[in-house]
Amino acid sequence: MQTKRMTFPGRWLPYALLAPQVIVTLIFFIWPSLQALYMSLLREDAFGLNTSFVGLANFRRLFADTYYLDSLSVTAVFAIGTTLLSMSAALLLATTVNRMLRSRNGYTTLLVWPYAIAPAIAGVLWWFIFNPSIGIVPYVLEMLGYRWNHRTSGTDAMALVIIAAAWKQIAYNFLFFLAGLQSIPQSLIEAAAIDGAGPVKRFWTIVFPLLTPTTFFLMVVNVVYAMFDTFGVIHATTQGGPAQATNILVYKVYADGFVGLNLGSSAAQSVILMAIVVALTVVQFRFIERRVNY
Amino acid sequence: MASIRIEGLEKTYPGGVKAVKGIDLEVADGEFVVLVGPSGCGKSTLLRMVAGLETISAGALHIGERRVNELEPAQRDIAMVFQNYALYPHMTVFDNLAYGLKNRGFKRDEIRRRVEAAATMLEIEAFLPRKPRQLSGGQRQRVAMGRALVREPAAFLFDEPLSNLDAKLRVQMRVEIKKLQRRLKTTSLYVTHDQLEAMTLADRLVVLNDGRIEQVGTPMEIYARPASLFVATFIGSPAMNLIPLDYLHTNGGGDTATALLHDLPEGTDIVGIRPDDLHMRAPSEPHLVVESTLELFEAAGAESHLYVCLAGSDQPTVIRTAGQPPVAEGETLRFYVTRDALHPFNRESGKRIGDHG
Repeated sequence: MQTKRMTFPGRWLPYALLAPQVIVTLIFFIWPSLQALYMSLLREDAFGLNTSFVGLANFRRLFADTYYLDSLSVTAVFAIGTTLLSMSAALLLATTVNRMLRSRNGYTTLLVWPYAIAPAIAGVLWWFIFNPSIGIVPYVLEMLGYRWNHRTSGTDAMALVIIAAAWKQIAYNFLFFLAGLQSIPQSLIEAAAIDGAGPVKRFWTIVFPLLTPTTFFLMVVNVVYAMFDTFGVIHATTQGGPAQATNILVYKVYADGFVGLNLGSSAAQSVILMAIVVALTVVQFRFIERRVNY
Repeated sequence: MASIRIEGLEKTYPGGVKAVKGIDLEVADGEFVVLVGPSGCGKSTLLRMVAGLETISAGALHIGERRVNELEPAQRDIAMVFQNYALYPHMTVFDNLAYGLKNRGFKRDEIRRRVEAAATMLEIEAFLPRKPRQLSGGQRQRVAMGRALVREPAAFLFDEPLSNLDAKLRVQMRVEIKKLQRRLKTTSLYVTHDQLEAMTLADRLVVLNDGRIEQVGTPMEIYARPASLFVATFIGSPAMNLIPLDYLHTNGGGDTATALLHDLPEGTDIVGIRPDDLHMRAPSEPHLVVESTLELFEAAGAESHLYVCLAGSDQPTVIRTAGQPPVAEGETLRFYVTRDALHPFNRESGKRIGDHG
């Protein structure tokens, strides 16, 4: 399709119109990133009195540090767990809501609300629900014979942060899945029904494959969310504990930098995170954009 | 193969809207029946009820000897061709054709044999490894047909399968569907709003209006003796002219006019005349003469349409003829009608009045 192109006279107007966006990006994204990049090459004492250039020593040290390597695998477990849980729950809700006719809008509205809640609040909410002394879930689990304590058990703590982080993301995934489901023509489902496929088979052979573009997109978004956007959830629930069991990369950047005051290492960690984001973005644009055309 | 028996079928939607108001119809084994009617007449709903995609509110549906009211679409042994083709976009053409066979547990070589046979019949062998988006509209239509016929079902259901094609391709596919059905002799129920498509395809034509059957018959029976004013104006293009009988009594000239009009059956108050039955030269049989003004002349190649206004009235009337009109636009045109061309109707009941035909 040919879109009409608007042309402006003069050289300065286009730059002036672009300027706000460029300035914001420069001040809030590019500058801090460059700072982090620069700081990752320095070593500074805790009082900021003495700074020396150490090259890649911070990075070398990180990859020799078992704590950091543990944090990498903790992050992987957390990201995969959160993505799987939030996406499968959202898909289940979306397929259910998609079957409704009149009540669809009501459910959609209700299901979207959690997305508006700040991560820290969501964290506190789940912290209360799972609180070993006063929470409702440990109480129920106790009756079923399981002693829940995320303050001492690393597995419990991981389960807690995954649930808390996934819960918020369900709303977002739900919306995309619902839109994806609604864009599948009804006649395809009907044709499959006539072709002898039952509801479950229809879902896995027709609906799910047609949702692939949505699924891939959400997968990247969710992994990015789990890796970078969940600081508040961790901070409000486990603070990385017990014994580093939920100390994901983003939280470790904060803990090492602002609590441990090891700024060089913290900066190096954030540079590694940046590299991961770049890699994920490349995956999204290269691989997924291509898969969209089935 | 099987017949389809529809008895008192009704569809009431939640909320009380009645889309189908009691349909009785029997499609014989191997017969090609076309359901035709304007949009909203319930023809698609009726077809979807036969397919099992809509629940049946009342009545009975038999395919072959089985009552299938409560059966799932898959168990009814029917195949359907959809208006938008409904091909599975993520599967190759081969897999599209094979899907229904796989679901029914056919053996791999049997699937391959059937798919290839269908592809050969429809001349789509070359497209088997392709995805639907790589095909043109006509090719997709063939694949959709192929998906229906690999299963060798008891009946084919067509839901306006040609309406997404351009005019030329539509004619071509129409002919192919007809040939294919002749060859396979599979019972077929075909829905369309296009009366030309309906006329040319049908062994038997069912004209629907407002959820009810207006008339059932062979296309030529319906064309020659429309049972109601609705059918009279719906079938045939340009549509049949409807002229009040009073007008003809007052303005119809000619020596035999009075006798001719008195010959019409009791109760007639409106007369239908096909555009081809208005002649511009006096025939030898007894006839009526009507004066009119030529308003517009429309040349359509082999035929031309004359839009005239009857003298002393604002009644628009169309004449179909070949070649040039005898007079210029704005001048008076005289035309002649014989008794055979007059279709007698009653305005109030909307029905044809029984005549000797």
